[in-house]
Amino acid sequence: MYFELNEEQRMWQKTVHDFVAAEVKPKARDIDETATFNWDATRKMGPIGLLGLSIPEEYGGAGVDAISAAIAIEELGWGCGSTALAIAAHNGLGTAPISLYASEELKKRWLPLVASGRGKLGSLALTEPGAGSDLQGGVRTRAEKVGNEWIINGSKMWCTNASIAEYIITLVRTNPAGGSRSLSMILVPTNTPGLRIAPAEKKMGLKGSPTHEVTYEDVRVPLDNLIGEANRGLHQTLATLDGGRISIGALSVGLAQAAYEAAIEYSKQRHTFGKPLAEHQAIQFMLADAATEIEAARLLIYRAAWLKQEGRPYSKEAAMGKLYATEMAERVSRNAIQIHGGYGYSREYPVERIYRDARLMTIGEGTSEMQRMVIARQVLLND
Amino acid sequence: MKIIVCIKQVPDSEAKVVAADGKASWGDAPLVINPFDEYAVEGALQQKEAQGGEVIALCLGPETAKEALKHALAMGSDSAILVSDPALGAVDSQGAAKLLAAAIPKIGGVEMVVFGRQTLDDGTGLTIAQTARVLGWPLLSFAGAIKVDGGKATVERVFEEGKQTISASLPAVVSVVQSIGEPRYPSFMGIRKASKAVIPQWSLADLGVTAPTPVVTRAALDNPPSRDVTCEIITGETPAQIAEALAEKILAEKVL
Repeated sequence: MYFELNEEQRMWQKTVHDFVAAEVKPKARDIDETATFNWDATRKMGPIGLLGLSIPEEYGGAGVDAISAAIAIEELGWGCGSTALAIAAHNGLGTAPISLYASEELKKRWLPLVASGRGKLGSLALTEPGAGSDLQGGVRTRAEKVGNEWIINGSKMWCTNASIAEYIITLVRTNPAGGSRSLSMILVPTNTPGLRIAPAEKKMGLKGSPTHEVTYEDVRVPLDNLIGEANRGLHQTLATLDGGRISIGALSVGLAQAAYEAAIEYSKQRHTFGKPLAEHQAIQFMLADAATEIEAARLLIYRAAWLKQEGRPYSKEAAMGKLYATEMAERVSRNAIQIHGGYGYSREYPVERIYRDARLMTIGEGTSEMQRMVIARQVLLND
Repeated sequence: MKIIVCIKQVPDSEAKVVAADGKASWGDAPLVINPFDEYAVEGALQQKEAQGGEVIALCLGPETAKEALKHALAMGSDSAILVSDPALGAVDSQGAAKLLAAAIPKIGGVEMVVFGRQTLDDGTGLTIAQTARVLGWPLLSFAGAIKVDGGKATVERVFEEGKQTISASLPAVVSVVQSIGEPRYPSFMGIRKASKAVIPQWSLADLGVTAPTPVVTRAALDNPPSRDVTCEIITGETPAQIAEALAEKILAEKVL
């Protein structure tokens, strides 16, 4: 066993950390307050490779290993939950299905543009008003083959990045018979007539990461915009989501790390009963628990990422990592507010924002309950 | 165009440097590429992008200085060379200039040598001019912009008083200031290359020189004297009264 990052990963971590400290973290409060997306930082991410984590070099990406991808999202999460979520969704959901399944033509047409930072981002639309965790039975958005086009009708919910994306990869029903082989992924450019992106949802946190309802009314795209095989969309989606879980887990580790650092700093400055907060055992215990749980979550996430890059099954480990890291981030940021006392509840300090941001992580890209189902299924299967 | 960028490894700017036993110590603070040299790498890469050619990062220092060279590689330099020898003790700016000026002809075909304006540790800013002197090349210092055309480099020098445009024929030594542009972040592709790079290490024997004898030696190194500061909190009934009392104090102490 060897528990160190390799040289490449160490240099990458430092680079992303320095970038985030200079370009992302200082803007986190403002983009949350004004609900704007941090385009300035995003444009600069292209040349570094942050927009092409899962895109091969030949299509303008960085093609990084799964641990380096997790490191990048963790560091972004440390700086700003909103920016991290948008970039995680872009890489893990908005571009990974193209890299993995799409035709050469689609890869060449879209990947270099979205990896460079010159264009907009990528997005993936799965959830519908009546389909969240149960995609197989719930997806009602449908695509019909007419001539050499798909005609798409329906609506999607909670689509991250829709308004800041070049295209939306849309999960649609292509076989009315239903079942696990009835869905497909189709790439829909955001400027296609009939596609309507509603104003951004008003959310508890992550306000700098726009989330939208999207409706499709006789939206026509070429048959060639099919990603991967027809009627294999559900399998492609589930494989994509496995990777996305590592990402959301890594993001949560970053959020927790930021809350923990803020709590440490505050507890050293603030005095009560004649000594710094940090010298009171009640505070020390919270800090010790946070340090321990962050480390445990990070190791779970890195291990799931390592299994992924080794080409081994990692679905259970990714679910465990996401479950633990996201619930941990909620606890750690909750306690960070507790340590700050009244100030922690104020918008003057970052911990209330981190707490609001962390709250989504146990819901998005598979709720904690879904993670437990995935884990239980595998645990019981093996016994 | 073959461009050399000379860099140095220095303690991080956040390191707490203290004098102990006549030596500077920065505890376990990390060593990094001299921040001014990141601008030099940026300037060199800009020239490569404009003219074509290659950028070679050159560093004088202990073996650990390879980390600084790797940063230059990750930013986009094509290759890197470390000049290092156990026989080298304290090297003053003139000694460093002699060693760099021995390495540069060994690389061969060099048309431009780029430095940052100074280092963060010793900060004399002398090595640049001394290297140019030993090489016998013109020096274009404090460049905020560089333009190369027809075997000639023209730079816009930036100082407090204003700007000055000067030019010289190549090969030349150039030092750059921050106006050259914010140093680019390393890319993942650059990091991948840097982490795999094998950096050649040149000894004094490789350069065909002996260890230079320092002309400047440090007689003593002391911490700045600590100052006793007393703090007085001025109180009063209203903010206006407090302000008035403070103003009187300031005038009485002849601060203003």
